Amino acid sequence: MAFLTLEQVNKLYGELAAVRDVDLGVARGEFVSLLGPSGCGKTTTLQMIAGLVEPTSGRIMLDGRDITHEKPNRRGLGVVFQSYALFPHMTVAQNVAFGLEMRKVPRAERDKRVGEILELVHLGGMAERYPRQLSGGQRQRVAIARALVIKPPVLLLDEPLSNLDAKLREEMQFELRRIQRSVGTTTIMVTHDQAEALSISDRVVVMEAGRMTQVDAPYRLYEKPATAFISSFVGRMNRFEGIWWPAGASGAVEVAGAMLASETADIQPGTAVTASIRPEKLFLKKGDARLNGHVASRFFLGGHWLFNVETPAGLITVSMPNNGEEPAQEGELVGIDWAPASLRVEATVELSA
Amino acid sequence: MNRSSTTPWLLVSPGAVLFAGLVIVPLVLTVILSFLTYNYDTGIGDGYTLAHYGQILSDGYYLDIFWRTLRLALLTTLLCALIGMPEAYILSRMRKPWRSIFLLVIIGPLLVSVVVRAFGWSMLLGSTGLVNAALGIVGLGPVKLLYTETAIVIALVHIMLPFMVIPVWTALQKLDPMVEAAAWSLGASRFTALRRVVMPQVSIGLLSGSLIVFGLSASAFAIPGLLGGRRLKMAATLVYDEYMQELNWPMGAAIAIIVLLANLVIMLAYNRAVEARARRALG
Ligand SMILES: Nc1ncnc2c1ncn2[C@@H]1O[C@H](COP(=O)(O)OP(=O)(O)O)[C@@H](O)[C@H]1O
Ligand SMILES: [Mg+2]
Repeated sequence: MAFLTLEQVNKLYGELAAVRDVDLGVARGEFVSLLGPSGCGKTTTLQMIAGLVEPTSGRIMLDGRDITHEKPNRRGLGVVFQSYALFPHMTVAQNVAFGLEMRKVPRAERDKRVGEILELVHLGGMAERYPRQLSGGQRQRVAIARALVIKPPVLLLDEPLSNLDAKLREEMQFELRRIQRSVGTTTIMVTHDQAEALSISDRVVVMEAGRMTQVDAPYRLYEKPATAFISSFVGRMNRFEGIWWPAGASGAVEVAGAMLASETADIQPGTAVTASIRPEKLFLKKGDARLNGHVASRFFLGGHWLFNVETPAGLITVSMPNNGEEPAQEGELVGIDWAPASLRVEATVELSA
Repeated sequence: MNRSSTTPWLLVSPGAVLFAGLVIVPLVLTVILSFLTYNYDTGIGDGYTLAHYGQILSDGYYLDIFWRTLRLALLTTLLCALIGMPEAYILSRMRKPWRSIFLLVIIGPLLVSVVVRAFGWSMLLGSTGLVNAALGIVGLGPVKLLYTETAIVIALVHIMLPFMVIPVWTALQKLDPMVEAAAWSLGASRFTALRRVVMPQVSIGLLSGSLIVFGLSASAFAIPGLLGGRRLKMAATLVYDEYMQELNWPMGAAIAIIVLLANLVIMLAYNRAVEARARRALG
């Protein structure tokens, strides 16, 4: 039995279904991310768990208790808001102590716990500052400390890192994971950043237009995306529409005359299929290969190069590690190779809304 | 850069001239007037005297009126704060069309002349007015409302309310609505969240609203004039009477100067408190 469960939860705003038929179980101590583009209903889902938005229908259970209609101040969940929502007229210590004060924790214990949690988030020396005197990263840690100090059964984070610059965001991802590990709190984090979701979650929930379309471990989500949307939203993906022609134990997808080798797929010959492969599963080499083309453009990303190659099958993105050698020039003739097993082939399904 | 140092002076001169002409000059003339001698038979004399100030500060009649002015202005400010705060809060939580409609309802009265509104209140509060008629139906005897301090305060609160609601509302607009939700999630009840989190942040709006309401109430003229009657005078009506009935202009001027100074002292002291608080709480 999961620790926190959402059963058939719906939220309608008039005609608009912000969240539709959401079923989710989160285990104790798990770190789950809600991933999806802006406006897909992530915040609404999180706020229904927090009690700030009333579900139109469905049930939310916490540790066997029905909390669907419970007031937010009775749920005892820790919430970190996108804007952090710190109390501007209180010091860091007063902000963090607020939840304990509401729980009538005695003064001495309150001070002790506030001190401990501020040490945990590395803000020991900032206790007497006001939020306006802190940097973005420090504010975010105050918000986390304020939510964690009440020892909530579940920690809810709404895009906690989106207001930070890229470098700080990366640092804070690991920081967040470290804090979550050391406290062991069940955590649900909302994000629209796929890299963030993949790097720190135990499981990722992908949402599209109010629905959950895939719930999986980050690795499986990346390797086996359930929908075309997910494959392009999570990482980059080369996709081809073609016809499947099996040949013994293997086969090939015919795309505009070019034959793309793949492993056996249990599909009838001549069926319309969609083939997909990640850029990092492709290799670029000088001279002939499975597919030949010209480098249309290339981008240096430090750790690796990204090439866009114009081939008979269309524009293909190839990622190559930066091994220090001079890479192919723009306009140069190159060959693209891959292990047939890494080209995924699926029968094209008519997309229904 | 070779910019003439006279340019800034030229730029401020139109404003400075206007200010000097419309505020400084009349004020200086009033101050001078308040020190001139006065005789009921011969009118304003040429000599200078402190007699008017002495008389005002020693005569219980004047002190009573000053005391009433202070009391009613404070009471009006307090009531405006008590009514205006929840009003502004509810307004800020309203949805799209309703918010602008009710904001208009609140500001609307400002579009009607104070005199017209004062007459409206005198009709409502009179011995045969609507309020007494309603009380009669319930079986309560007629209550004397018109020409009492109650009538003055009721009408002043009605007129001053927008000046309280608007600054508080502005302060609420700047508030992140999620801050209140954060307080709930930490276990605060709605009331506690309001008291501990929302109130302190709008207190700046509340304090500046109070300043406006107090200043305007203490110098109100039409309302006490029409609803207070001949006997219940406030500072401004007293000045008017000295000028127009007694024709003792130096005395009127002296009263006006004292009221001005008192108002100035109170408001400056209050403003200092506001700023000290603002710096401490919000920066
Ligand atoms: N209070 C509301 N009233 C009407 N529509 C809303 C409200 N809150 C959210 N929505 C709508 O619900 C959808 C989902 O919103 P939200 O959960 O905030 O998305 P996300 O957090 O994924 O960006 C959006 O289309 C949004 O416009
Ligand atoms: Mg959101």
